[in-house]
Amino acid sequence: MAAAQAGDRASYALLLRDCILLVKTIAGRQGVPADRIDDVVQETLLTVHRARHTYDPHRSFTAWLTTIAQRRSIDALRSHWRRRKSEIDASLALEHHADPGPGPSDRIEARGRAAALGRAIATLPAGQREAVEQLALGEQTLAEAAASTGRSVGALKVNLHRALKTLRARLAGEG
Amino acid sequence: MARSDEEQLIQSLSADLAPVRRLPPPAYRALVWLAAVCVIAVGLAAGTDVAATVRRITAAPDLSLAVAGSALTAVLAAIAAFQLAVPDRRWTWALLPLPAAALWIGASGAGCLRSWLVPDTSVPSPGETEACLIFIFGLSVPLSILLLAMLRRGFSLQPKLAAAVAGLAAAAAAATLLNFVHPFDAAATDLAVHAIAVGGVILANELFGGRILAAKNSAKNSSSAT
Repeated sequence: MAAAQAGDRASYALLLRDCILLVKTIAGRQGVPADRIDDVVQETLLTVHRARHTYDPHRSFTAWLTTIAQRRSIDALRSHWRRRKSEIDASLALEHHADPGPGPSDRIEARGRAAALGRAIATLPAGQREAVEQLALGEQTLAEAAASTGRSVGALKVNLHRALKTLRARLAGEG
Repeated sequence: MARSDEEQLIQSLSADLAPVRRLPPPAYRALVWLAAVCVIAVGLAAGTDVAATVRRITAAPDLSLAVAGSALTAVLAAIAAFQLAVPDRRWTWALLPLPAAALWIGASGAGCLRSWLVPDTSVPSPGETEACLIFIFGLSVPLSILLLAMLRRGFSLQPKLAAAVAGLAAAAAAATLLNFVHPFDAAATDLAVHAIAVGGVILANELFGGRILAAKNSAKNSSSAT
């Protein structure tokens, strides 16, 4: 560590690597959960780095490191307890929570609506039906629909508008 | 942190390594702060009748003990605060000034008793007591700022405790220096005001100083993490 204080990078990297096992042992002994031990290692190494000017070479490096690792372990435990306190164990609530996805009755209803829409489209005049089939159901652009039907873009727009108005009125009457 | 992450962090910290100036021993740093207190003491002594102050203090044993207690509390609390600014020092350093503080409080309490029992004791008026409060607070602020600025050079793992002990050092030093401008025997109201002033300084230091020291530590950590 004295060499690291003087700026020796190679000695410093070697020292930090040697610290890891001791820090993990200390964190484990302090009761830090296994999935949080890596956090303690990271925090301890960062603290060692920032506090390296406070190390006195006449004193034990292991004792210096141990105190830092113990402190960072306590910090990790506190944050772990805080997190656990704010989390609620609600396995029963999970079992009773309604599935937001469609249920069997929703699927039957949707199938019914699709059939009614199909019947309504079939009764539309040919021009309007064509506009709906090409633009709404076929998801074609106005230019593509105009090319495939031989109608003008303006005529397709008018037909689609009229078709939607008719369908809205018919389906509202059915409902 | 996987092994590769550990190695990456080590590489990053090693790359960031620059030579550092070692922190001087805590006792030496405490001496520097106490020297600043002594400079203020000399300044105050220059404007007052030092011989009269010494006569007044030596005439009453409880007063001598109280002054010795407050001065010793300032010295020991300063040493303890600087010890607590080094990561591997235990929290028990905070207990170091407590015997001296007990002597200070005990002797001041005995002084109160004397002022009740002995006739012709000079006790301060409410206005003078208020002036004591202002003096202790007023002098504690610069002494605390200087002490916290010096503590920031260290790295305290117990920033709140270090700041509270620093507050005790500043308040005890201010209370000791008060004797230059406080020609009274101890009275219960006076003692209560001193206790409020010292308690207030310690609390303010713990609250604000603790935050300053903690923020500095976390800023250091985040800056090296990036």
